[in-house]
Order: sequence, then C-alpha cells, then structure tokens
Amino acid sequence: MTVLVENWNYLVVICLMMGGLFIVISQNNLVKKLVGLAIFQTSVFLFYISVGKIAGGTAPILKETGDLLYSNPLPHVLILTAIVVGVATTALGLALVLRINAAFGSIEDDEVLAMKAEDGEPRGRRDDDAEDRT
Amino acid sequence: MRDNPILRVTAKILFAPIIVFGLYVQFHGDYSPGGGFQAGVIIAAAFILHALIFGLEAGRRLVPGWVNLAMLAGGVIVYGGVGVAGMMLDGLFLDYNVLSYDASKGQHYGIILVEFGVGLTVTGVMLALFHAFAGFAEAHYKPSSGSKGGTSGEDGS
Amino acid sequence: MTLAQIIANLPALVVAIPLLLAPVAALLPYAGLTWALAVAGTGGALFCAVMLMGATAGGKSFSYALGSWPPPWGIEFVVDPVSAFTVLVMAALAFVATLFARTALLAEIAEADAGKAYSAWLLACGGLSGLVMTGDAFNLFVFLEISALSSVILIALGAGKDRRALIAGYNYLVIGAVGATFYVIGVGFIYAVTGSLNMADLAERIPQVPQTTVVMVGFGFMMAGLLVKAAIFPVHVWLPAAYAFAPSAVSALLAAIATKASLYVIARVMFGMFAGVPDLAGFAAEFILVPLALAGIFLGTILAIYENDIKKLLAFSSVAQIGYIALGFGLASTAGLAAGFIHIGNHALIKGGLFLAVGCYAVALGSRVNLGGMAGLGRRMPITTTAFLVCGLSLIGLPLTAGFISKLYLVRALLEADMIAVLLLVMASSALSVVYLWKIVEVLWQKAEGEAAVTEQPALYMPLWIVAIANIWFGIAPAPLVDGAQRAAMYLAGGL
Repeated sequence: MTVLVENWNYLVVICLMMGGLFIVISQNNLVKKLVGLAIFQTSVFLFYISVGKIAGGTAPILKETGDLLYSNPLPHVLILTAIVVGVATTALGLALVLRINAAFGSIEDDEVLAMKAEDGEPRGRRDDDAEDRT
Repeated sequence: MRDNPILRVTAKILFAPIIVFGLYVQFHGDYSPGGGFQAGVIIAAAFILHALIFGLEAGRRLVPGWVNLAMLAGGVIVYGGVGVAGMMLDGLFLDYNVLSYDASKGQHYGIILVEFGVGLTVTGVMLALFHAFAGFAEAHYKPSSGSKGGTSGEDGS
Repeated sequence: MTLAQIIANLPALVVAIPLLLAPVAALLPYAGLTWALAVAGTGGALFCAVMLMGATAGGKSFSYALGSWPPPWGIEFVVDPVSAFTVLVMAALAFVATLFARTALLAEIAEADAGKAYSAWLLACGGLSGLVMTGDAFNLFVFLEISALSSVILIALGAGKDRRALIAGYNYLVIGAVGATFYVIGVGFIYAVTGSLNMADLAERIPQVPQTTVVMVGFGFMMAGLLVKAAIFPVHVWLPAAYAFAPSAVSALLAAIATKASLYVIARVMFGMFAGVPDLAGFAAEFILVPLALAGIFLGTILAIYENDIKKLLAFSSVAQIGYIALGFGLASTAGLAAGFIHIGNHALIKGGLFLAVGCYAVALGSRVNLGGMAGLGRRMPITTTAFLVCGLSLIGLPLTAGFISKLYLVRALLEADMIAVLLLVMASSALSVVYLWKIVEVLWQKAEGEAAVTEQPALYMPLWIVAIANIWFGIAPAPLVDGAQRAAMYLAGGL
C-alpha cells in the first residue's frame, strides 16, 4: 500500500495514459479522438516532470554560497518542446477534421468510413471491366 | 460582441497590458520562466481577444494576411539566420560563442535573437490558426452552393 | 560562406539547407520559383550527403557538436558509415522526386498551394535527414515529429483529387502521434535511470544500470513507437491509405525515404544504443522482429494480389518489402544487417521508380490509376512502361537488377544464420510477388479500344528513367552500394 502512496505520481500518469489511449481507440467522433490523444500526450509530460522533481530541491539557479540541491531543469526543457509538438499535432488534426467535415459532411468515424467505402466502389460510373478482376 | 460596452471597453483597456506582459515574459526567458513559446502565445492572445470582440475583419485589418505569413516564416528565418551566422563566423551551427568578442556576451546575444525568432513564429502561428479556424465556415461553406453540409429534402432525393 | 566553412559544417548543412529554405518557400507565391527553391534545397542536401559519404570512406566516424556544446551535454550529429550511407540514399531519392514534382505535383494540386506544398516538402526532406544524422535520443523525437507532421500535410494535399486523402492524413497523424509518444515514454524511462540522452553515452551507461526492468520497459516502449513509424505489421495500417491517396509525387517521395529513416533508427537503437545488453536486443530481434517481419511480408504480398488500385497495391508491396528489411535486421548478425541496409538502398530505388511510373500514368490519365483503367497503356506510353517494367522486375528480384542483389544477400544471411524455414518462407513470398506483378503487366499490354495516343512528357519520364537506370546499374555493378551497406553493418555490429 505504501508503495502505491509513495509513487502516486506514476499512478496518475498511468491512469491518464491509459484513459487517453482508450479514448483514441474507442471513440468514433474524430474530435474526441484528438482530445484523447492530447490527454495521452499530457500524461507523458507529467511523467517527465514528476520524475525530474527532487524532494527538497529548489529552483536550479546558481547561488554564491553553499551547496545547492536543485530539481533537474532538463525535463522541463524537453517537455516544453514536447508541448509545442503536441500543440502542432492537435492543430493539424483539427484542421484536418474541419476539412473532413466540409468534404464528407460528418465527423463520426463510422459514417465517414461508410462514405469512404462508397468512394472506393465505382458503382458503374467508371468503365471498370468487371470480368477483368482477377 | 462589439455592441456590449463592458466587453468592448475591457478589450480596449487590456490589449496593451497583455502585450507588455508578453514582452516581459519574452525577455525574461533566460532569467526566469518564460521565453519565446510562452511569450508568443500571450501576445497572440491579445490579438485574438481583439478579433473575438471586434470581429474577424477588424482583426484581419489589424494584422493582414501577408503580415501574418511574414511573421510565421520570418521567425524561422531569424532562428536559422543565427545558426548560419554562427557557421559564417567560423563556429559550428547555432554556435553562440562566436557571435561576440566575449563568449558569455555571445551566448546572451544568441539566446535573445533565437528566442525573438521563436516568439515571432509562435505569435504568427497562433494568430494564423485562430483566423484559419474561425474564418473556415465563410471560406468553405459558400451560401450559394445549396445543400452543402445540410440535410435538405427539397430536391426530393 | 567559404568552401572551407561549408566542408567543416557538412553534417549540419545536410539538414539545415532544406529546413531553412522551407520558410522562404512558404513566403513566395510563385510555383516555379518555389520549385526551384525545393531543387536547391534537396540538391544542396545531396551534395553534402555525397561529401559526407566520402568523408566516412575508411570506416571513419566523427561527431559534430551543435552549438559547440560538447557531447554528452550538447546535441551532436554523428557522421559514421551507417548514417552517411542512409542519408545519401535518402538525399538522392529526394532530389529525383523533387525533379519529378515540377510537373506531377502541379497536375494534382491547386497552383496557389504550390508554395506551401514545397515548403512542407522541404520540411519533410530536412526532417528525415535530421532523423538519420542525429545522435541524441530526444532530438530524434523532434525530427520524427517534424517529418511526420509535414508528411501529413503532403498526404492531405491529395484531397483536391480524392477526398479520402483527408482520412488517410488524419489516420496517419493520430497513429503516428501515438507511436512517437510511445517513443518519448521509452526515452523517459531510459533517461530516468541513466541521466543521459546522448546515444553514444547511453550505449556505455545502459549496461551499468542496476534497474534492468526499467531498461527493459524503456526499450519496449521505444521499439513499439519505432515499429509504428516504420510500418511493420501489425501497426502498418496507416501506410496503404496514406501512399494511395497522396499526390503522385508525394507518394514517390514518401515511399522512397520516409520509412527508411525509421528502419535506420530501429537498427541504431537495437544495435547501437542497446548494444551493451545483447540479451535484450537479441530477444527483441529473434522473437519480435523476425515473426512480425514475416507476417508483414506475407500479409503485404497477399493483400497486394487482391488489390485493384495500383497505388494501394504498391503500398501493400511496400509493407512486404519493409518486412524484408526488418527480417534482415532481425537476424542480428553482420550479414543480416548488411542485407537490411542493402535493401534499404535498393528498395528506395525500386519503390521510388514504381511510384514515379504510376505518377506518370496518373498525370497522363488525369484520374486514379486502377487495373481497369490501365488497359493498353503499355502500347500508348512505351517509355514509361518500359521503366515501370524494369523497376517491377527489380521488385521480384530478377538477376541483373538491384532487387536480385538484395534477395541474394538476404538469402546468404539466412543461410549463415541457419534459418532454413524462414528462407523457404522468403522464397515463397518472392514467388507470390510475381503474381501481382504479372497481373499489372498483363493489363498493361492488353488490347484496349482505340484511344488517342498519350503524349509522354520528358519532364515526367526523365527522373523515372534515372531511377530505372540506377536499378539496372546497381544490379550489374552493385559494388558501391553493397560496400557502403557492408561497411555500415560492420560499424554497427562492432558493438554486437
């Protein structure tokens, strides 16, 4: 039990990670998938930052006197980069969702899939010779 | 929203302080939490607030499309320019030490310039994203093309 | 910049030239000018890659510290036989695809979008080069995402012709982002127990870490993410739709270089970073990579046989060929690694050529190329079809073509590793691949109703013929490619 309490940050990370991944896989709505992706990525950020914190550590600023116990600043820099990447991914995904809505009229995965399948079958409009299908 | 006096006056009053705060965050990037990304988002937030309250056309008049694109690309070019300048001054790519006679001054110049480039790009990107998303409906759903995206039953199909 | 400065900074320039020309291309609205910028970007990168290959000639390697921060504190670019070989293959194919894109891209996207399209094109080329050159685990994630996001933009540009490109782009975005995030989780675990992000430094520190479970978990997450990006079965599902619905020039570019970079990273991570824990890397190679590669080979080949849309057929065939490369890496021997790298080079030529040819057909027909619509094209477009045939024969591994050399070295590596069952499976899949090639060839030379002769534009078939001739060249005189790959394998396996 104490193991769980001591490592509660990992518990939070795992819950968010699995929740986010489940949303990406299970939800039909394209925007909800992106929300799940964002939750998944946020859990990774929390993982890095929580790992970088040292108990009793201060900010990593050089002081003239004495020994210094500071929290690692490198994870924060990595996560800044990763946050920006996440923002770009979400923005690009939402832009694609807007265009999908304009082209297909829907942002539900199953409806779009059905329309995509219709696109794939020529329905006699193109001159596919049916006999030539090997 | 521009008819509501509270929103209008608040937006006008807040616009400049938000930008000043954004600049504060930008230049304090090497001393305290801050830097290009955060400052870019804050400054863009000021412009987005203006566009939210006074309308997209007013926002576009303030920052025209080509200025936005120039900010976007210009920031990356500034960042890359610092890198290439490092190479041309007989250093390596993104070498700040050679930017000045003193290595620590060179580091200072390098970081300021690079963060400026980042801030410029992020501001441009956030603003461009807002205008692209908010202006999407007008750009793509022309009212003349009938049943686009609607559930029309008039054509009898 | 003086020549001396250029020579001293080649590792950075091979990545920086395309990346820095990208925003300039985004600013300019003229299609011809931005194409010229793209040619300059990829051409400059090709020049740097050739010089780098020469610099690593004797198995030499050196590191380039970005910003003059010495590794392991700073980010470094590693130039060694492995990265020089891969970046040369990628830069060459990117340059040829850019030459092809002048006519092919404009035929399929709106001219007003050309500036931004070439900007994304340069970002993709630069990002993929950076993926190969970098020696820092987190910097690799950054380049992974740069290339993924710009590839999504390029794929979604196909929406002008076929709206399914949007779905393909969206799926690639979500699946790719999940994969990259898995990679970041893995790097996080490794960083937490070693405190370093530099690949060479990690290779020394990982064996000394007492928490072996954490290392195993980190390795697992990293490999899971990289498998997604390399399109290995079962996480290859984004690839067929992405290559099928993208504009033709984009399909040629991505098919030739995108997955190669991720496969290179898999080899680097398994045999470079985790070289100090050979049990872990060996277990992953034998029990994960080899079975998945075999499954991918068979699934790709069989699905290609039943597919009517030519680009989707070639995309399934790509899944199969990526399986061959992964099989070579999975053998975890010098011969296996060499076979994998040889096929990285040859498959870039083969698939690049095939997609360029299909691009010629698509531009000429003005519509999607499926088996029905291709009837009789062999007679009407002889120049293109001959080049298509050359690349197709190279795909199935006919002697005197580049594909035969890869199959030969793979068979040799399998014999050396005494995996006769796997060898028989590889031969069976080669025989199966003849089936779908024959399907296409049969349709091409069919009698069709009298249609007007199609004019073949030199701007389209010249880049195609460069690649087709390269296929024959490296089939007859494979020494440069084979030597480069073997040096790469020996360098990497020096840590085995």
